[in-house]
Amino acid sequence: MLSIKNLKANIDGKEILNGIDLEIKTGEVHAIMGPNGSGKSTLANVLTGNKSYEVTEGEILFEGKNLLEMDPETRAREGMFLAFQYPIEIPGISNATFLKTALNEIRKYNNQPELTPKEFLERIKEKAKILGLDDTLISRAVNVGFSGGEKKRNEIFQMLMLEPKFVLLDETDSGLDIDALKIVSSGVNVYRKPTNAVLVITHYQRLLDYIVPDYVHVLSKGRIIKSGGKELALELEDKGYDWIKTEELEAENA
Amino acid sequence: MNNLEFKNIKDWYLSGFDLFEKKLNGESKSFLHEIRKDALLTLSSLDFPANHNEEWKYTNVSPILKYNFIPAVNSILPKFSKKEIEKFLFSNFDCHLIVFINGIFSEELSEIGALPDGVIAGSLRNIVKENPQLVNNYLTRLSKIDNAFNALNTAYSFDGLAVIVPDGKVVDKPIQVLYLNSSGDELILSQPRNLIIAGKNSQVNIITNYCGFDQNLYFSNIVTELYADENAVISLCKVQDESHDAFHIEKLQASQKSNSLFNHYSIGFGGSIVRNDINTLLDGENTETHYYGLYLANGKQHVDNHTFIDHAKPNCMSNELYKGILDGNSHGVFNGKIIVRHDAQKTNAYQQNKTILLSKTAKIDTKPQLEIFANDVKCSHGATVGKLDESSEFYIRSRGVPQELAKSMLIRAFANDVIETIKIDQLREQLNHMIFEHLHRVEIHNQ
Amino acid sequence: MAKIEENVPSQVEETSDDMKMLDDLTNSEYKWGFITDIDSDTVAKGLNEKVVIFISQKKNEPEWMTEWRLKAFRYWQKMEEPKWANVKYPPIDFQNISYYSAPKQKPQLNSLEEVDPELLKTFEKLGIPLEEQKILSGVAVDAVFDSVSVATTFKEALKEKGIIFSSVSEAVKEHPDLVKKYLGSVVPYTDNYYAALNAAVFSDGSFVYIPKGVRCPMELSTYFRINSQETGQFERTLIIAEEGAYVSYLEGCTAPIRDNNQLHAAVVELVVLDNAQIKYSTVQNWYPGDKEGKGGIYNFVTKRGACRGKNSKISWTQVETGSSITWKYPGCILQGDNSVGEFYSVAVTNNYQQADTGTKMIHIGKNTRSTVVSKGISAGHGNNSYRGLIRVGKNAEGARNFTQCDSMLMGDKCGAHTFPYIEVENESAKVEHEATTSKIGEDQIFYLNQRGIATEDAVNMIVNGFCKEVFKELPMEFAVEAQKLLAISLEGSVG
Repeated sequence: MLSIKNLKANIDGKEILNGIDLEIKTGEVHAIMGPNGSGKSTLANVLTGNKSYEVTEGEILFEGKNLLEMDPETRAREGMFLAFQYPIEIPGISNATFLKTALNEIRKYNNQPELTPKEFLERIKEKAKILGLDDTLISRAVNVGFSGGEKKRNEIFQMLMLEPKFVLLDETDSGLDIDALKIVSSGVNVYRKPTNAVLVITHYQRLLDYIVPDYVHVLSKGRIIKSGGKELALELEDKGYDWIKTEELEAENA
Repeated sequence: MNNLEFKNIKDWYLSGFDLFEKKLNGESKSFLHEIRKDALLTLSSLDFPANHNEEWKYTNVSPILKYNFIPAVNSILPKFSKKEIEKFLFSNFDCHLIVFINGIFSEELSEIGALPDGVIAGSLRNIVKENPQLVNNYLTRLSKIDNAFNALNTAYSFDGLAVIVPDGKVVDKPIQVLYLNSSGDELILSQPRNLIIAGKNSQVNIITNYCGFDQNLYFSNIVTELYADENAVISLCKVQDESHDAFHIEKLQASQKSNSLFNHYSIGFGGSIVRNDINTLLDGENTETHYYGLYLANGKQHVDNHTFIDHAKPNCMSNELYKGILDGNSHGVFNGKIIVRHDAQKTNAYQQNKTILLSKTAKIDTKPQLEIFANDVKCSHGATVGKLDESSEFYIRSRGVPQELAKSMLIRAFANDVIETIKIDQLREQLNHMIFEHLHRVEIHNQ
Repeated sequence: MAKIEENVPSQVEETSDDMKMLDDLTNSEYKWGFITDIDSDTVAKGLNEKVVIFISQKKNEPEWMTEWRLKAFRYWQKMEEPKWANVKYPPIDFQNISYYSAPKQKPQLNSLEEVDPELLKTFEKLGIPLEEQKILSGVAVDAVFDSVSVATTFKEALKEKGIIFSSVSEAVKEHPDLVKKYLGSVVPYTDNYYAALNAAVFSDGSFVYIPKGVRCPMELSTYFRINSQETGQFERTLIIAEEGAYVSYLEGCTAPIRDNNQLHAAVVELVVLDNAQIKYSTVQNWYPGDKEGKGGIYNFVTKRGACRGKNSKISWTQVETGSSITWKYPGCILQGDNSVGEFYSVAVTNNYQQADTGTKMIHIGKNTRSTVVSKGISAGHGNNSYRGLIRVGKNAEGARNFTQCDSMLMGDKCGAHTFPYIEVENESAKVEHEATTSKIGEDQIFYLNQRGIATEDAVNMIVNGFCKEVFKELPMEFAVEAQKLLAISLEGSVG
């Protein structure tokens, strides 16, 4: 589904991604872990087309199409969804307006008819229930006055509403207490299907107890330095990132 | 000479110039004298500002124009002893002291300690005489004449404060400058012309204190020019406690180069008509500017603070907090202007003006303005007018504190966010004392 | 049949209206720029006493009216054009304007059938609900075409309640006492240059009178349109709400595309007595000039309401997207104790548009309250100034004001300016003013992009959100119209 080859990217002239290679197939859940500043969030922003980041080398294919040639909204309409680390506030625009606009844009792009107000409302009710969200959330302005936990939950709610093919979770666990973490994870698990894929970006192993990955990759200084199964996450938690770095160093020296 | 001989006050000031030139003797040969003569010409073509001028909308200067003030240099200087001036000084902290009587430097009363190499602190007149090239590039170059008052100051410019700090020098002790004014038989026009220059990486801290010796009538008409070169740090704390009847007008024009920091404090108590124009041009990137103002007025005082911050370069930050406490029949005016020029992207500019009215007859006109020509900026301003919070007053009284004391506590609290920014403890405490003395209220010491 | 109470839409309806707004984003040109091909009866250019008398005679006015106009004209001649606003334009040649233009037609109209069909087509294009089926939507319309009021719908239905809704010319003839009593009582001809000019040459406008205790059962509306070339439009509106009365009044404006600038100098006077309320909403979409700043309307308008009675209330809501230059400060004189003044404004300047607009709240009575919410949006080379005065007089015990004034900048060639004047002479007053200026957020646009929304739509959404507080004050139909206008006037400003 997603194929990244030798991806290099800059921000303000500073190289952050230094040759990433990654293959994600449908039905898979991948996790990228790494210390602060390793380039995790940059990867999420580059995949979704944030103009602040400049891609200098490499390619990204999404279902065989060249992702780097698409603007952010086209990537979204193709089925790519980013749950933001810091969700943005849009004062004065209700979640309902926002979601309906987004949903219909995506449907239009995929030659699907727009949802009727009734269908839309039904979908809202169904998805909100999964996350235990209050109906009033839908009439509140997008993320305005939301607590950190509410914002994260709202990101997952949007994911369920828009039904993307590929989901990036950028530090979705940060700032969540254990109850909120469980709710958010259950939302993601509801979403998991053999036809879609998830990439979880996280600093801690905690989230991976609830969203169990098929593969774990360790990112350091803009490169994937180790890949493995879900047990790699536990090992990391146990031994810390320095363990990997030392191992890497030894490998280089050998 | 009397009023009748002159159709208007401008002719009066123009006519005094001959006598002034005579008094100058040999000093009329300097570059400064050419500037004076140009300014006199400008003065002859200008009218004193009237209310239809938007910048003077709320301040009527006609009472100032009713009197024929005599430039101090044309009159006899009063003599004061060290003992007599003591009570006007801020004390109990180590500082250099520079004293001006009616705007003219007094060597006997000044106590200037050892200064780092090359640092000059003292009389502008002496610098112009001894080392004119030091000031030639700055004097009148920073502040262009924009009204008849600063034209008058320039035409009769004679003496004032000169502080010149060369590159890399740090003046660690604050410089306290006392401007003591008093009219004798003649009504005095005191016109200090101040110049403060801080070179690259230099630092200096100046306290200026404008006082009346007794409660008589005189006119302080001041121009201050200030230049902060790259990375310089200047702190200028102005305390204005002129006599009850005095008029006080100051124009400060500051210019900042990149990475410099300028803190300006303006604490105002005295004067019957007061007008401050505090202008700063941010002429380099990454500069920082803070204006803190506190003005108190009582009786029939009229106090007008005009501030202007000109963001001409990107990445600069300015922050302004002005607070007014108005009692009696006083009239306060605040006009704060922030301009963000087209190139000044990433500007952060904040301005707050808060006023409390303590009496039924006090009034305030406030006009905070933003003019923004760059798009990537964060700017805000706010203004509030109100009285002391009644519920807070009730709360304090319900704990057994008498009403007057409760009011004092609230005034102290209101003034606090300006006063607390003053870094010299002793100065802060003495100013605090002055606030209550001025308002005739019970004093509170904030612990 | 008619909508009476404020309509609180359900969420889904609101959503679909936002959607409709976005769907309508198709046409970036000025949509209302057609010229109607009908004969009009236009006086030669120039202004002198003869022209003033001509206008008065043309309208069969009584002598007192002619006299009043002449007094205003003579006063105007002695005045100077105001120069203090933060706008720039070449000098106006007041002798190069035609001061009267009426569509030629039968003098008396008894029903819509008699109205010139070309004219009706124009109104159809404008979307004015003049036709019967649209009347069913419950809006009574007085349409002012160039200078003359052409048709007033719903008059009979209103008459039953004692409400007068007519053109001012008609009111001068049929209700001279009311007109004499109130005309110029809020905005005297001595008020300012353009108010004096208007008093001398005003050609028509709407007159509304709501008798004691009557709540007007429908929204009243006027649609203004400048059609002829080189004519000025000088309409004059007078609304009186007697004790306990209520009316919501809507005003819409358009003009065809012309290369040269046209002058619009209107006067609106509102009078509100004890416990009465007027809600006055404007969507102003005069031709703004082209992308190079050529042409467009100079909109120099004096609008003022007097809250004369206790507990009275005036609420101004304006959405200003048109005109090359806007100069207007709808104000409230809060004379009656406990009276309330409100001002909600959205002003957009794109391309070379300039707006100097805001409000005046004059607190005179005790416990008077005012709220000001102003949203300025600048794009292209546009310059947007908020200029507002809050004055609390000596006797205005307990007066309260809150002002919120936000500016949004799009692009780096525009300007946003804030000039608030606060004058307080009463210690018990509480006045708060807040203003912010910021650019449209790139992070917001990216967030919306990431959800599949294109940049243009994202911008519209953010702008609409920014203006929400003002839009919610508009009657439903107008709110949708306003959002559409905003989207169209900002099209292409962020790329």
